[in-house]
Amino acid sequence: MNHGYDVSHLLAGLMVVASFALLYQDRITAVLNTFAAQAVLLALAVAWQAWTQDRPNLFITAALALGLKGIIVPVALRRMVFQLGIHRDVEQVVNAGVALMIGLGLTTLSLLLVLKVTKAAPSFTREGLALALAIILLGFLMMITRRNAVTQIVGFMSIENGLILAATGARGMPFVVEVSVAFSVLIALFVFAVFVFRIRERFDTVDLEALDQVRGDRR
Amino acid sequence: MLATLLALAAQGIQMILVLAVAPAVSGVTRKVKAQLMRRQGAPVIQGYRDLLKLVRKEVVLATNASWFFRSAPYVIFAATWVAAALVPTFASGLMFNWAADVVALVALLGAARALLALAAMDVGTSFGGIGSSREMMIATLAEPAMLLVVLTLALSAGTTRLPGVADFFIGQPLTVRVSLALAMLALVIVALAENARIPVDNPATHLELTMVHEAMVLEYSGRHLAMIEAASQLKLVLYMSLIICLFVPFGMATASAGPVEWFVGGFAYAAKLATCAVVLGVWEVSVAKMRVFRVTDLLAGALVFAFLAILFAFLSKEVLP
Repeated sequence: MNHGYDVSHLLAGLMVVASFALLYQDRITAVLNTFAAQAVLLALAVAWQAWTQDRPNLFITAALALGLKGIIVPVALRRMVFQLGIHRDVEQVVNAGVALMIGLGLTTLSLLLVLKVTKAAPSFTREGLALALAIILLGFLMMITRRNAVTQIVGFMSIENGLILAATGARGMPFVVEVSVAFSVLIALFVFAVFVFRIRERFDTVDLEALDQVRGDRR
Repeated sequence: MLATLLALAAQGIQMILVLAVAPAVSGVTRKVKAQLMRRQGAPVIQGYRDLLKLVRKEVVLATNASWFFRSAPYVIFAATWVAAALVPTFASGLMFNWAADVVALVALLGAARALLALAAMDVGTSFGGIGSSREMMIATLAEPAMLLVVLTLALSAGTTRLPGVADFFIGQPLTVRVSLALAMLALVIVALAENARIPVDNPATHLELTMVHEAMVLEYSGRHLAMIEAASQLKLVLYMSLIICLFVPFGMATASAGPVEWFVGGFAYAAKLATCAVVLGVWEVSVAKMRVFRVTDLLAGALVFAFLAILFAFLSKEVLP
């Protein structure tokens, strides 16, 4: 059997499972832990690609993924959650069952789409792209279904996990782009954090339903 | 001719084996639970004694119990026994292995469950009705997940016949398959739900408003209760055998093997079954029972795992040349 393929399949598959766990989980600290686990899986997947394809520059990407998204972002978000005093909150996920079913539909869609489009590509690229697209769509879905600002940030970050996975599967993403994406995520985190604290100051909550009233959607 | 005789013998041994071993498996699980709670616990053979006692006792029937209430336990027991006899345990070359289709198995168990739910409503007590309604809620969620697991295996092995699947996986080299791991997880959740084990139902209580299975069989007594108890013990063995046969079939005697390999397979099966029983006991003391309306979430999780398993199996089939 093809061990290189098996392990990358396992890691990417577990990342998709982690995305589903993110979609389903309603305790905020557990969401952060799951996100960290997904980032660690991403780092392992990238490192495995670097090892099997003999592309040492991917090791740097793996280290960046592990350091930034496996450690710094979750720790920062955790501190934020504790400062906001919402670490014990159980978020009302908008109908978790329906979200999961839509998630399954999206995953099926991305597999069928990517496998059809990329017939000529090597197998690890096809697989990486298919699962990465699934992770990206699931991240979008998470941002749509959540009402809490912090879990929406996590959804956004998991989209970025999918992007990195896609980039390692496809040969020839310039290294500069990778590094700049990684750091733009870090900057995004700062911006988000500032926003979340501002929202909290003004509305006394981080539930984004509160913004609907300001916008005039709901009276 | 000889091959047919051997297959017939294997089938006969299998039928006796599952029936004989079922109370002991429940006994081991109960013993492990008791020991972990620092209690003495009933001896492992208590299950056999209980069944004997129940068979000897007289039957107490409600005045308005119909013929259906009286005949249902025997049919339920028969259906479950047939289903349990079809899952290969120590050898895959059974006489009736052409019938050992997982879809047929699900249908047999579904029929038994429907009969039990109807019988529970027959006497007209509110407790029986509650039990039936909950059982049906759980079943409608667990069955799709179970069928999806079956489809995953069918996609890998190219058949839904259990002996075929087992033979296929025995022949494969050991690899990492995320789809099979997810399918196993889904099947384990389904098995816990179907056997009324702890996160879904508590098999140890009679006096709780959250109970499902025990609420349904509350009106039964004597030999009827013995049949029901034996059927639920058989069902537990069936699900354990199913998980063993599908995901860890190693050591099982293949279709062409003779009695010597049967012994090896029998020992392997006994060891695996004992492991399952102990693990179940440890699991049951370490988790808390869920609220009834949280069970849907758990089973939705099983459904998601099973569906992802299919997707991943499809993906590796498509991608690998």
